[in-house]
Amino acid sequence: MIYAVPTSPLVSTLLLDVSLLTVLVIVAFAIVRVRSLFAIVMLQGVYSLVAAAWFVTLDAVDVAFTEAAVGAGISTVLMLAAMLLADRQSAPVAKERQWGPLTVVLIAGAAMLYAVPDLPSYGDVDSPANSYVGNEYLARTAVEVDIPNVVTAVLASYRGYDTFGEVVVIFAAGLGVFLLLGLDGLAGNYRARVMGQRLSDSSAPTGSRGSEGASGKSGSSDKRKKLRPTVTQYVPYEDEGGAS
Amino acid sequence: MNSDPHVLLRVIAKFLIPLIALFAFYVQFHGEYGPGGGFQAGVILSSSVVLYSLIFGLDAAKAAFPPFLIRIGMSLGVLLYGGTGVVTWILGGEFLNYNVLAHDPIHGQHWGIIAVELGVFATVTSVMLAIFYGFGSRRPEIEDTDW
Repeated sequence: MIYAVPTSPLVSTLLLDVSLLTVLVIVAFAIVRVRSLFAIVMLQGVYSLVAAAWFVTLDAVDVAFTEAAVGAGISTVLMLAAMLLADRQSAPVAKERQWGPLTVVLIAGAAMLYAVPDLPSYGDVDSPANSYVGNEYLARTAVEVDIPNVVTAVLASYRGYDTFGEVVVIFAAGLGVFLLLGLDGLAGNYRARVMGQRLSDSSAPTGSRGSEGASGKSGSSDKRKKLRPTVTQYVPYEDEGGAS
Repeated sequence: MNSDPHVLLRVIAKFLIPLIALFAFYVQFHGEYGPGGGFQAGVILSSSVVLYSLIFGLDAAKAAFPPFLIRIGMSLGVLLYGGTGVVTWILGGEFLNYNVLAHDPIHGQHWGIIAVELGVFATVTSVMLAIFYGFGSRRPEIEDTDW
């Protein structure tokens, strides 16, 4: 669908954009400063959610969907799962080692600021996105594909090869995780068949947390072993009602 | 006496999760008219399963969306997408040229887009959940003091 360009200057939208971007910058600095990895993962989720809201104000609702579902939802949970396998705190970096990254960031930021005047102005009709092949797609979709959503037509039909490549990349990523980790977390556990007898040891590589928990709370460790490994917090602990 | 401290969370989630899944299918099948498509619908559907497993546990999620479906869906999606291209080959067009799928080229385009988006949807949903199941299943256990 082609929307008409609003004639009034978009002051309110601009204010919204600026405030959302300010929140993004604040969250980014918080992520840099905070040492607790749990807080960092949560802040990344916040960052993605604010970014999704910003994409909505830019009329990029598709991108906002994806950012909200992947960035704020799934990747936050994945980062939590990864964090729980590792340390909970990031080690502080010595002052001497911070100069190199700071220089890189400053140079990159200066280069971006230098490039800003070359960008087309906001809503420019003659911008590259509005002048070359984009117009072609807009004009031809109505005749050749005849669906209202030009984005879908471009993704699925005109650029079908690209999308096919993306699907194959996603498939390859899933296949890699599937082959390396397994869907039941069995990879890494010892399983073998020796002389027709099936051996399995699920307790081998559980990391340092397992031994800590066993030594700290010896009373409930037996019950805990029965529970299946899980990333989730809210699994009901049926047989320890008074514990929490 | 209720020993479950998360009952409010469970009730709200039980109400919201079907709506999220329904919205995913809306985004999928309304993608021709509104924003969205296979990828967006896939991540929304898989995020509803992830939410389900956060609230009710990974085992419950695996019972609701079993891992064998992931294996099938992952490959079926790619096969559906690539197979559409092969079908257009067989019908005399170029790879992924949907015009030949029906007598009317525009209908052919519609059929092709629907098939291809379904393939994207299946693959994205399955892969997102495969990654989630793969990492989530590895965690030994979380204690309340960890949070």
